[in-house]
Amino acid sequence: MSQVSMSPSMAALGAASRPERRDIGLRGRYAAERRFRLYGMAAIAFGLLFLFLLLFSVVSKGYTAFQQSMITIPVEFSEQIIDKDNERATNPQKLVSANYPVVARDALARVLGVAADDRAAMREVNGMISDSVRVQLRNLVTANPAIIGTTQPVTFLAHGDLDSAFKGQINLDVPEKDRKISDRQIGWMNQLAESGALSKHFNTGLFVNGASSRPEAAGVGVALIGSLYMMLIVLVLSLPIGVAASIYLEEFAPKNRFTDLIEVNINNLAAVPSIVYGLLGLAVFVNFAGFPRSAALVGGLVLTLMTLPTIIIATRAALKAVPPSIRSAALGLGASKMQTVFHHVLPLAMPGILTGTIIGLAHALGETAPLLLIGMVAFVADVPATPMDPATALPVQIYMWANEAERAFVERTSGAIIVLLIFLILMNVGAILLRRRFERRW
Amino acid sequence: MNMMSEAAVEKALDKKMNDISYKMIGKDVSVYYGEKRALYDVNLNVRENTVTALIGPSGCGKSTFLRTLNRMNDTIDGCRVTGRITLDTDDIYDPAIDVVELRARVGMVFQKPNPFPKSIYENVAYGPRIHGLAKAKADMDAIVEQSLQKAGLWNEVKDRLQEGGTGLSGGQQQRLCIARAVAVSPEVILMDEPCSALDPIATAKVEELIHELRANFTIVIVTHSMQQAARVSQRTAMFHLGNLVEENDTDKMFTNPDDQRTQDYIMGRFG
Ligand SMILES: Nc1ncnc2c1ncn2[C@@H]1O[C@H](COP(=O)(O)OP(=O)(O)OP(=O)(O)O)[C@@H](O)[C@H]1O
Ligand SMILES: [Mg+2]
Repeated sequence: MSQVSMSPSMAALGAASRPERRDIGLRGRYAAERRFRLYGMAAIAFGLLFLFLLLFSVVSKGYTAFQQSMITIPVEFSEQIIDKDNERATNPQKLVSANYPVVARDALARVLGVAADDRAAMREVNGMISDSVRVQLRNLVTANPAIIGTTQPVTFLAHGDLDSAFKGQINLDVPEKDRKISDRQIGWMNQLAESGALSKHFNTGLFVNGASSRPEAAGVGVALIGSLYMMLIVLVLSLPIGVAASIYLEEFAPKNRFTDLIEVNINNLAAVPSIVYGLLGLAVFVNFAGFPRSAALVGGLVLTLMTLPTIIIATRAALKAVPPSIRSAALGLGASKMQTVFHHVLPLAMPGILTGTIIGLAHALGETAPLLLIGMVAFVADVPATPMDPATALPVQIYMWANEAERAFVERTSGAIIVLLIFLILMNVGAILLRRRFERRW
Repeated sequence: MNMMSEAAVEKALDKKMNDISYKMIGKDVSVYYGEKRALYDVNLNVRENTVTALIGPSGCGKSTFLRTLNRMNDTIDGCRVTGRITLDTDDIYDPAIDVVELRARVGMVFQKPNPFPKSIYENVAYGPRIHGLAKAKADMDAIVEQSLQKAGLWNEVKDRLQEGGTGLSGGQQQRLCIARAVAVSPEVILMDEPCSALDPIATAKVEELIHELRANFTIVIVTHSMQQAARVSQRTAMFHLGNLVEENDTDKMFTNPDDQRTQDYIMGRFG
């Protein structure tokens, strides 16, 4: 093989006597590659299709939940109805227990021109107003008793059925007796809409209200706060504990039977069904430690237990992926083990750790089963002030609404799913941004 | 063969033996990886301000011996060292010896350049910082500059100290690693095939550098290149199958070795 130079004639000769090309199966190999790519693209298309179907069905059903029909009319705070005998100076209870729905009903009847003695019509008028008007007017009056006897423009919620009809969700071809809204009410609805008294507003109530049996007044406020508390608890507990455990196991612990056993157990824990964690939480935190049922604190602790294995596994994988040469370099310079880990290994593992943590948190955010067991499926109307107060969580709220029959709850179920998805997307965006920040490798 | 009697070791501990001062003395050093024995009673002394080359066929235990000198073997699971190694008069395997302090005195350069994924400045400053060698920023700047100068890298990087150390070429990275080791002002520098990933030009630079470093440091270098051993070292030790075959002046080793196996290896007859 020690050819020194090649004369032109030799080169020509070489070209002429070029051996037959061997069949090394190129065509088959390329075909296999093409087929594989096709499979891959088909799989991705399939996945995208279902993602699109999911999003489409949720958004198309749920977007209307972000709007709410409201009625704005002048309301006479009639002393006759609220405080007939003028006892409010001596008996403040009078203002609390007054019959406010009648105030609203009369106001609406006046606008619609319904005679006060037509009781059937009055009942139908009443059916157009949300029950939540009682609390709303009561708050107005107790905050400022001077408005009694005056007439004020007030905006209040339309009844859930009217809301559904106004959004076009009720089929008017159905015989009148089989639907929740009568022809007369439809007529009034159109009349109100024309005069501008009935209109759709952005549904802030969806985000601030708690549970309610009246769909128009129900919101995910309590669930949002509950989920927020739980996420904070999970983050604050599981990130430090998980990272500390992983660093110890990966960098400091001797490799022996015992640590092997721990490792196997952690991997198994990650696969334990979440409902088992719910039972554990019920037994340990509620029955043994005596924490209040339905509290976000207990939910957060249970979800922490559930998230820990995920975070530990992700963190250990991230630590393992740091090249050993970096450790040797630091140790060789005389860095202590601790300095090596905290100055060099941990920063390099940070993106992986964060990804694992966010995945764990996202799982925890969508977890329902264990929360049902610790009683977070309760009917909670008041926003929890602390994690010790009863609360629900977003997925539980979705679960509860999905079981309701009213049309107006259907859109709210999808609306709550949209809120949950937005939450998840925000968390993932946060994870990506954090990754970017830490991934600034040289 | 350079077998030393117990008395000789004692004498060497006094740092006097035929006017030669020994920086590190290895006595009956054996290393086990789990059940497997990798070194058999190696007696090897490292002279002060001298470059000692370790040669021998692959797998003969050169790296293993090198790692015993700054206890990097401690980081390998299941690795056990017996025998005795002294640095000046300190037994480095004495439980009273702090391994962190030992590694500050015996630095190491690895086969593959392994700069930290940080800036060039940070790479060099890291060692001095953790050992508290510089109080003020100006002191640190001076240490960084001197170290880079000693490693022959200053002129190439002085305008981009804040850029990443991993963005340098392979040869520059290796010199950065040498600067990083030098910055701690160790007494001994261990180099495990420092040029195996470098091209001839970068290799020549590193070899030149080793020459200059010899004035201030004691150097032990593992190499597979006979030419390199001949060029940079004054003493050469030949390992084979975990045994120290021969240790001699480099000149003698390459012209007239005492042991037949050395002769065969240098002539390329095995390994
Ligand atoms: N971490 C380890 N675990 C188990 N055995 C090891 C380990 N490191 C080295 N050995 C064994 O010890 C023996 C000596 O290895 P060592 O790395 O010291 O050889 P070497 O002379 O440096 O070889 P090379 O020239 O190829 O680098 C080899 O048989 C090797 O298999
Ligand atoms: Mg080696």
